[in-house]
Amino acid sequence: MEQHYQHLYEMLSQVHGYIYPNEIDLQWGLLIVLYPYITGLVAGAFILASLERVFNVKVLKPTYHLALLTALSFLLVATLPLVSHLGHPERAYEIMTTPQGGSAMAIFGFVYLWYLMVVLLLEIWFDYRRDIVLWSRTTKGFKGILYKILTLGVTDLSPKTIKWDDKLGYIITLVGIPSAFILHGYVGFIFGSVKANPWWSTVLMPVIFLFSAMVSGIALVMFIYMAVSFLRKQKIDMLALDTIAKYLFYILILDFTLEGLDQIHRIYEAEESFEILELLVHGKLFITFFIFQLFLGTIIPLVSLGTLQVYKPKEKTRRLIYLASSLLVLFGVFFMRWNVVIGGQLFSKSFYGFTDYKLNLIGSEGLLMSITWVIIPFFILAFLLWLLPPWKKIHDE
Amino acid sequence: MPPQLKTLIPLFAIFITLFLVARYFLVPVSFGDQGHYRFYSVEENKEKVMQYAGKDACTECHDDKAEELSSGMHANLSCESCHGAGMIHYENPETTNIVKPDERVFCGLCHSFNPTRKDKIAQINLDEHNIDNKCIECHNPHNPWE
Amino acid sequence: MGISNKEQSRRRFIKSAAVAAGGLLATSLINPFNAVLFAMDKPEDPTKPWWGYAIDISKCIGCGRCANACKTENNVPREPFYFRTWIEQYTILNDGTVKVESPNGGMDGFKQPVAEEDIFKSFFVPKMCNHCSKSPCVQVCPVGATYETPDGVVLVDETYCIGCRYCVQACPYGCRYIHPEKNVVDKCTLCYHRISKGKTTACIEVCPTQARILGDLNDKNGPLVKFLKEHNCLVLKPHLNTGSKLYYNELSQEVG
Repeated sequence: MEQHYQHLYEMLSQVHGYIYPNEIDLQWGLLIVLYPYITGLVAGAFILASLERVFNVKVLKPTYHLALLTALSFLLVATLPLVSHLGHPERAYEIMTTPQGGSAMAIFGFVYLWYLMVVLLLEIWFDYRRDIVLWSRTTKGFKGILYKILTLGVTDLSPKTIKWDDKLGYIITLVGIPSAFILHGYVGFIFGSVKANPWWSTVLMPVIFLFSAMVSGIALVMFIYMAVSFLRKQKIDMLALDTIAKYLFYILILDFTLEGLDQIHRIYEAEESFEILELLVHGKLFITFFIFQLFLGTIIPLVSLGTLQVYKPKEKTRRLIYLASSLLVLFGVFFMRWNVVIGGQLFSKSFYGFTDYKLNLIGSEGLLMSITWVIIPFFILAFLLWLLPPWKKIHDE
Repeated sequence: MPPQLKTLIPLFAIFITLFLVARYFLVPVSFGDQGHYRFYSVEENKEKVMQYAGKDACTECHDDKAEELSSGMHANLSCESCHGAGMIHYENPETTNIVKPDERVFCGLCHSFNPTRKDKIAQINLDEHNIDNKCIECHNPHNPWE
Repeated sequence: MGISNKEQSRRRFIKSAAVAAGGLLATSLINPFNAVLFAMDKPEDPTKPWWGYAIDISKCIGCGRCANACKTENNVPREPFYFRTWIEQYTILNDGTVKVESPNGGMDGFKQPVAEEDIFKSFFVPKMCNHCSKSPCVQVCPVGATYETPDGVVLVDETYCIGCRYCVQACPYGCRYIHPEKNVVDKCTLCYHRISKGKTTACIEVCPTQARILGDLNDKNGPLVKFLKEHNCLVLKPHLNTGSKLYYNELSQEVG
């Protein structure tokens, strides 16, 4: 408590102009930046996986399972920063037992559960069932037991049943695409529907969140595919990588256009909040907005990926560019979330001043904790890849 | 029906049932009685302890002071504007007392010169006006121009 | 052809106009068109109290007694980051600059750093929860831990709040804070424990200039309705359509 007060007194000295006294205590910190970031990665990775399945983009086959497992790894963590940020985490269940219909946040529990249980887990299960059954017969020890449990007792491997796996998995993917859109569009709505905050309140917010989610998810799968191939000392399927990069490029254009449209609209309409937002963007957000999000995270990847669409250098160079682009996009989208979440709280709703955000190193909302939340999914992914290695699956073709 | 669904449907049914059962026990009493909230919470908010007793309560015992106050410029002031919250004193008059602020700064909260409140209230410059004395040495706070 | 084309179309027009007018009349009988737009929502029950509040900026002298009394009455933490009510001093300089301050919420009084001759105009604005009838904070609460009572007061259920802070973000007036000890949201209750027992709020009790008025908006002869009738009052940020029930007399456009 004393520490918190001390922190607030320090913040008091950072205030420029006038802010409401209750605004000195900035409410949503780095953990809430992570929430849309991680959820976006999930939605994006899933949409990339669905491309292969639903739109039958065969060249993406090598990344299909990887994308699904990546989505699951991150989804399992997505709620944790949120819940740990609550004032009373032990009351979090209330959001499921008495969801308030008018609240954009209230359906989170259900959207999340739907996505986890009905979409991701089922799709992966249908996809892996035959392999799990086969593995459960040949594997001994703990892993074998795990496989036996994962079969859920459905060990029938007749062609008819396997055909059902495929059919049901396809239906789930069909349901999954709108679900992924809802999952992330909805996260955008949480911010976009706050009319008190002109930096958040725009109808484009859900769409922008969705496209930036796709961008970040695709970049993540791209990165993980390269990393996993490198670790397994396997040759990268350049055709798949080129195709992913192509999608990344196109969706990045859409994302950039939408965000540009949002800002142009804001600048042109220049409503009463315009002056304070202009000061915000040119002041406190200058580095994270113009340099991190716009230049490093958008323009450089756009230019380099765009160049590769017309000019194809040799594989090694392409791989390097892809690696750099995917990391830059991941970096840029993170700061897009940062600029939304933190940026929206740096100016006073009185429009007369600014406060500051100081990131602590330690503590439940500190930097180290946040880094932990980002690293955990990679461990989960490593576990999932050990348990359900896509490269050991039986291929039909 | 495919064997997958024969397993999955009961599993989901069990899951949903468990959720509904848990929900039944977890929703607090009176939730939803009036709207989407715990209606008893309204009563709980009503039951909070009062700190300010109100002028009438003070007048019950201190009618002399109340009368003195009513004849002067401070007639519209509540006792507790200056003397602070009085409910504890009202309930335990023998053992507790209210505060009697006598610092110049306290009077200055209203009466120190500030152009923002000019013309609304009598003002002095605290740094110049009779600086060696407390305000109440010359002005009776219950009747300032007496 | 006895009837010309023109005549025919005229008849058709009259016929369809009659149908339209009749339809309009019929619907208006079922659901009468109400040209009166409520700045706030309609009260739930016009026979019961419907609490509202008014602040007369022309009377406020910025003594800060209201903010102080509020903290005492409601056990609000004394640190200068938590206020259920506070006072802002606006100073508009001759060159058009707007200066706003609220040191410690105005509880320690105000100084005016600007020389009198440089001031175009200056005034105090007490702020508090607007007890909106279409409150954005109630709208966003995911669990129903904040709500509007049937008599129009926005309250918090502190045993149920999960501390997600969404309502703090949604309040356009900055009236909510997270209680540092309870870890739940806290805000002005309009001294619900007092007004439901016939007492007035702590801020009104101590206000030396009667700049604050509490009243029942359903009581057409009550002090609040009388005040609203006699003064041109405005609410804060009306474009946000929050249905605010906190009315300001002599509100200046600079107030944010």
